[in-house]
This record gives sequence, structure tokens and C-alpha cells, in this order.
Amino acid sequence: MYVATKGGERAIDAAHQWLAEERRGDPSAPELTIVQIREQMALAVNRVMAEGSLYDRDLAALAIKQARGDLIEAIFLIRAYRTTLPRFGASQPVDTDAMALSRRISATFKDAPGGQVLGPTFDYTHRLLDFTLMAEGEAPQAARKPADPAPAPHILQLLDRDGLMEPLPASDETPPDLTREPLEMPADRPLRLQALARGDEGFVLSMAYSTQRGYGRTHAFVGELRIGTCAVDMEIPELGFAIEIGEIELTECETVNQFTGSKTEPPQFTRGYGLVMGQSERKAISMSLVDRALRWAELGEDDMGAPAQDAEFVLYHCDNIQATGFLEHIKLPHYVDFQSELELIRKLRRDAGAETCKEAAE
Amino acid sequence: MGVLARARPAQLAALLPDLPAHDYLRAPETGCVMVRGRIGGAGAPFNLGEMTVTRCALKIDGGAVGHGYVQGRDKMHAMRAALVDALMQGNDAGRIEAEVLAPLRAEQSGQRLARAERAAATKVEFFTMVRGED
Repeated sequence: MYVATKGGERAIDAAHQWLAEERRGDPSAPELTIVQIREQMALAVNRVMAEGSLYDRDLAALAIKQARGDLIEAIFLIRAYRTTLPRFGASQPVDTDAMALSRRISATFKDAPGGQVLGPTFDYTHRLLDFTLMAEGEAPQAARKPADPAPAPHILQLLDRDGLMEPLPASDETPPDLTREPLEMPADRPLRLQALARGDEGFVLSMAYSTQRGYGRTHAFVGELRIGTCAVDMEIPELGFAIEIGEIELTECETVNQFTGSKTEPPQFTRGYGLVMGQSERKAISMSLVDRALRWAELGEDDMGAPAQDAEFVLYHCDNIQATGFLEHIKLPHYVDFQSELELIRKLRRDAGAETCKEAAE
Repeated sequence: MGVLARARPAQLAALLPDLPAHDYLRAPETGCVMVRGRIGGAGAPFNLGEMTVTRCALKIDGGAVGHGYVQGRDKMHAMRAALVDALMQGNDAGRIEAEVLAPLRAEQSGQRLARAERAAATKVEFFTMVRGED
């Protein structure tokens, strides 16, 4: 028998009212503005943009406020909003060589042309709580120096020139899009990179860490990590040419990986690639390590059975919105499903009980 | 058009307060654009994620058609960008260039320079320590 029930509207309304009150917190404390979140919680905003897969700082800040700082909930809000927008088209691939750099470092070449530019980094801070931030102080000012107009080419091009790097085949093929077609295996590299770029930072980090600890080891060096802004150009059909439609901040990581050669490839350095919207270097480095680990088959490496080598495992579990949707749905009413489980257990126990009685009688 | 796309909506509004008469060919609408990257910076393209974009097309007196594509969700921003595009095709081009585009360009290159100068201040200067064997 199936019994439909109804109810809970009043409780739900009251719960949402309370949520709104809790979101505001102590009314004697000033209310957060979207601009404050956008400007002062910039890295949280970046994460919501990257994993929400929509570059819009104000919307990400709004989502963080609405979600009370729960970033996965905020990412959910952005993903939901995204589906309401018509898509005007796709941009031309961004030219990260022409990035206006705020940070650019290499762990492999000390004297790379363009130099090592630290940018606004947490690196080399002492990780001691700064109690002066609890007091309202003056806005700090960054140091300045005359800018060097010399270009800062990608560092791996140096190795490329000597033929020590794996070649990077250029192409203009339209890439697959997992927001339009369901993600299916086998996934080629462009599809894997799209999934990783919007994947959960924590998950991608753990996968990358697992390769460093030996589960599908790839011996990665950060050849180059750069953060800065890139122009976004798009071909406009009604104009018949491409125009710049805006600029976005990006974090790019290229790893150089030791590779002693395989049946199909000569000894050379191989590449892992990470590109993330906003300033998010932990994610970009993680992405490039996981990208490299997933390339084992095309490079003729052995399948070590490591989780980070398993594209199906990585790509089907890296999306935190899919994951949390499926995980959290189990807290919603399953009264009917559970009722049938209950019936089943009772029946099995009854049968087992009858069996025992029969045996005892014999 | 990149200058208009990157402009802060409030700044463009301040520089172009008066809106000449116009008819919409496409009323301002907000949507998104899929941003692509290239594997390794130079290889095959892949889809990175989307960005919000607002666009508009209009016609001004005299028949010039203007297109505006701007980053974000501000419809007046897209409309003003389209107006500037249309006005730049007529006799007002010199005035618009001087009153709207030049100030936007100056501000944007100022911001770019300010960032480049901050970055330059964080450039590492290596120096080699004296070796011990001499």
C-alpha cells in the first residue's frame, strides 16, 4: 500500500525564518555587505567562482552571504543560477602567455627571464595569528617599484627549445563540454581538465597528495606557477570578428615530470597542466598533478592501480555539487523505503524464528 | 570595445550621462560565455568555466548600429557600450574618444601599471654567497 502524506509547510516556513535570523547573527553587529565579502574574502569568492564554474565576483559574494559562509552551499547557488543564463557562445582560448602577472614563480629555474615574482602570497609568512587584524587599523599599502616591461614567457618553453619537453600538439578542435553532454568514459584530456577545473579543491588536493605519497607517483616539479589577469576575446557573429569581452583573473600551473621513457615515448620531461579561475594556486597545482597522473595510458606508463590514475574514479567523484546532492538526499524523508526495509527484516526474523522453533521441536 | 567591456559601469555612466535617442535591435540581455583555455597554455582547447556577459545592439539617429558586449550583469553598461560603439561611427567620434574612451583607457592603464609596480616590488633578487673553498 502506498500512502501519500502531506505536511510540514508551517515547520518549513518557520525553519527558513529562523535560518534568516541566524544568517544575520547578532543584530548589534554591523551587517556584512556584498562589497566587503568581494573585497575582503576574495579567496573564498575565487573558490566559489572556480567550482561554481561562473566568473562573477559579485554573484559569488552574494552566494557566500546567503550560504552563511558554507562554500559548497554557495557553489550550489551559483551552479543553479548559471542554468538560468542563456549562453552567448564560447570565448577564444585565453592567451596565458600575455597574462598581466601579479605572481610568477618557478621551482625549476632560478634565473628565468622575467624573474621570480612573489606577488601577494601567504608563502614565507609565519602562520602566527595577527591580532592587529582584530583592531581597526589603517589600510596597508603595498610597496612599489618601477615595472619591468620585459615579457615573461612561459618557462617551460626553455626546455621545449632544447627538445627535452614532451611536445604540445596544437589544435583548434572544439572541446567537449560536460555541461552539455553527460560526462562519459573514456574522457579525453580536454574533458578531464574541464572536470578538474570545476572539481572540489579538497578532493583534487587529496588526489594530488596521494600521487606524491606514492599512489601513482609522477615526480612533479612546479615548472611555473603564474597568477594574473587575461583578456577574454570572443568572436561576435553579428560583427564578423573577435572583440575583447572582459578580463578574468587566472591561476596557471605547469608541472615538469620526470619520465624515463616507455615503449612508445623517449626519455623526456612530461607535462601536467592546471588552470583555475581566480587566485587559487593550491587548486592549480593539485589539478596539474592529477592531470599528469591521469595521462598514464597515453604515455605508455604502467597502471599501478592508484586512485589518481583511475579517470572514472577521479572524474565521477570530484564534483562537490553532485557529491553533496547525492549524499545529503539521504537525510530527506525515506519513510516508505524504510517501511519496506522494516517489513523485510521483520519477515526474515519471523521466518528464522519459525525455523528455530521447528528445529527445537524436532 | 575591450576598454568599454572592462570599464566599471558607474564610471562609464559618469562619463556618458546623456543618452542620445536610440532604438534597440536587441534589448540588453544577460547571459554567459564559456571561457576556454589551452592545454599547457598552447595545446588543444578545453572548457574552463563560464563568465557573465551582458550584450545589447541598437541603432541611433543617422542609422549607425552599435554593439555592446560587457563583462558582468549590468544592462545599462551594455547599453552605453553599444551607444559608444554607434557614436564612434559618426561625427561625434572625436568627442566620444576624448570624453569617454580616453579617460577609461587612462584609468585602466593606470590600474595595470599600479599592479605591475606592486609585482615588481616582489621580484626576488638573488645574490650568490661567497664560496668557502678559496
